[in-house]
Amino acid sequence: MEKDKFSVRDLDLYYGSNHALKKINLQIPERAVTALIGPSGCGKSSFLRCLNRMNDFIPGCSVSGKVELDGSDIYDANTDLINLRRRVGMVFQRPNPFPMSIFDNVAYGPRLHGDRDRNTLRDIVEESLRVSALWGEVRDILHTPALALSGGQQQRLCIARAVAVQPEVLLMDEPTSALDPMATARIEELVRELRTRYTVVIVTHNMQQAARISDTTDFFLSGEMVESGPTQQMFTSPRDKRTEDYITGRFG
Amino acid sequence: MSGARKSKDRTATIMLWLVMALTCGMLALILAFLVSKGWSVLSWEFLTKKPRSMMTAGGISTPIVGTLQLVLVSMGFAFPVGVFTAVYLVEYARDDWFTRALRLAVRSLAGVPSVVFGLFGLSFFVIFMGFDPSLLSAGLTLGCLALPVIVGASESALLAVPRDYRDASYALGATQWQTIRKVVLPAAFPSIITGAILSVGRVAGETAPIIFTGAAFFAPRFAKSIFDQVMALPYHVLILATAGTNIEKTRPIQYGTVLVLLFFVLGMTMTGVLWRARLRIRQRAQR
Ligand SMILES: Nc1ncnc2c1ncn2[C@@H]1O[C@H](COP(=O)(O)OP(=O)(O)O)[C@@H](O)[C@H]1O
Ligand SMILES: [Mg+2]
Repeated sequence: MEKDKFSVRDLDLYYGSNHALKKINLQIPERAVTALIGPSGCGKSSFLRCLNRMNDFIPGCSVSGKVELDGSDIYDANTDLINLRRRVGMVFQRPNPFPMSIFDNVAYGPRLHGDRDRNTLRDIVEESLRVSALWGEVRDILHTPALALSGGQQQRLCIARAVAVQPEVLLMDEPTSALDPMATARIEELVRELRTRYTVVIVTHNMQQAARISDTTDFFLSGEMVESGPTQQMFTSPRDKRTEDYITGRFG
Repeated sequence: MSGARKSKDRTATIMLWLVMALTCGMLALILAFLVSKGWSVLSWEFLTKKPRSMMTAGGISTPIVGTLQLVLVSMGFAFPVGVFTAVYLVEYARDDWFTRALRLAVRSLAGVPSVVFGLFGLSFFVIFMGFDPSLLSAGLTLGCLALPVIVGASESALLAVPRDYRDASYALGATQWQTIRKVVLPAAFPSIITGAILSVGRVAGETAPIIFTGAAFFAPRFAKSIFDQVMALPYHVLILATAGTNIEKTRPIQYGTVLVLLFFVLGMTMTGVLWRARLRIRQRAQR
């Protein structure tokens, strides 16, 4: 692992008076899969939303500290949010394709950012669907409604949609929690492939999933980052007692 | 269930049935009455010919076209203004006293009697704006009447668009306006249209708002410009019923006109209601 994509320093997050993230310090390596694990309510999603500033939309949410992306603080006053979210894509817990065609879903991002040419768009759509391993299944039904796809296909479509704006980072918040085991396996396989091109940060409450797909794991507990390290090491010889208790299933 | 509660339950069911039967019966009675009085004059001629001989003969094409023109002008005004008011209220406005006052104003507008709109139209559009009694003044006045319906329907349509869609759009780097224009409005559009269709039904049947603002007692031809006066179906009925000189001859025309108006209004309402029902089913299927 060469370089850190994100470097988070002394990050605090409050929802009103609820101190949801406490002095988080961690690095997220580039072109690798980082898993965020921990019991529900510990702040994984809140942390993830700090990385593309989706927390800005939540009333009463305030953040302090530094989140550096390639060395510059994204919480800086003159950060271009549009550009930030273009560089840092997001896939949500529940598949949320737009109520439009498969093609229009994938082309949505590129169109926002000014791509109008039909051929360019067609190429981007095909490439993105290939990356998300959906092309073979939808190549003949590109202009049918995305909502007619199965849940697993919808989630891969959401990945294609995120990939279409050529992000550097993909944030995924429990992307398989609404899917059946077969669909989950496909997404996991896909995540492993994505790491060659993107920095992936994935929230999961499924320990086996974290162990299978991630290079680095960060363990969160009640708003604190307890332990961070190579996944292998974390699951075989955790340094912290609380990590050990959690991954051996003693709580959470 | 105890015996007493069971019998109360049965009584309630029967009462509800009776009330419903009464309502349906009344509607059927009204329809039957109008059809029996007016059906005989309905013909292609009646729909396509202009009134003749002091409106005692000929058809009602001028009021039909006039009503359609009024609907067009009123919707041309009320639809965009209503939709954008709702977009402002739902998407942009903060929850402060101004927003609450605006919302209250719109709600209250829905309860204002239509004759008040007529007087407002007279003093504002006709006199103050100097539009004179015209298609424009009457259309805008009807538009004001439709406004609260369209704002209300659009507000609930926008609120019903799932948060997920907005999140997905913002996460791709969309601005707020891009998100509204490309995701939120298209998703809300079918329900907004339903609201608009229902308000067309309301607008087309109103008399009071247009009497002082642009409805003509008689016009020999169709309005060519928005500054011309127009004949309208509901006003035509009123005139035939109250100012007719030859009652024997105008009565059938009057009932024929009522029937045409009723078919138009009921047709619009039915379209709106059916469309809404279809939407609900489809939305449920998507969840
Ligand atoms: N939108 C929100 N508004 C207020 N509090 C929130 C919001 N989202 C999360 N929280 C609170 O922040 C804490 C962490 O939540 P979250 O980040 O969703 O945890 P996780 O994803 O690990 O389950 C919880 O106490 C939760 O109640
Ligand atoms: Mg979560």
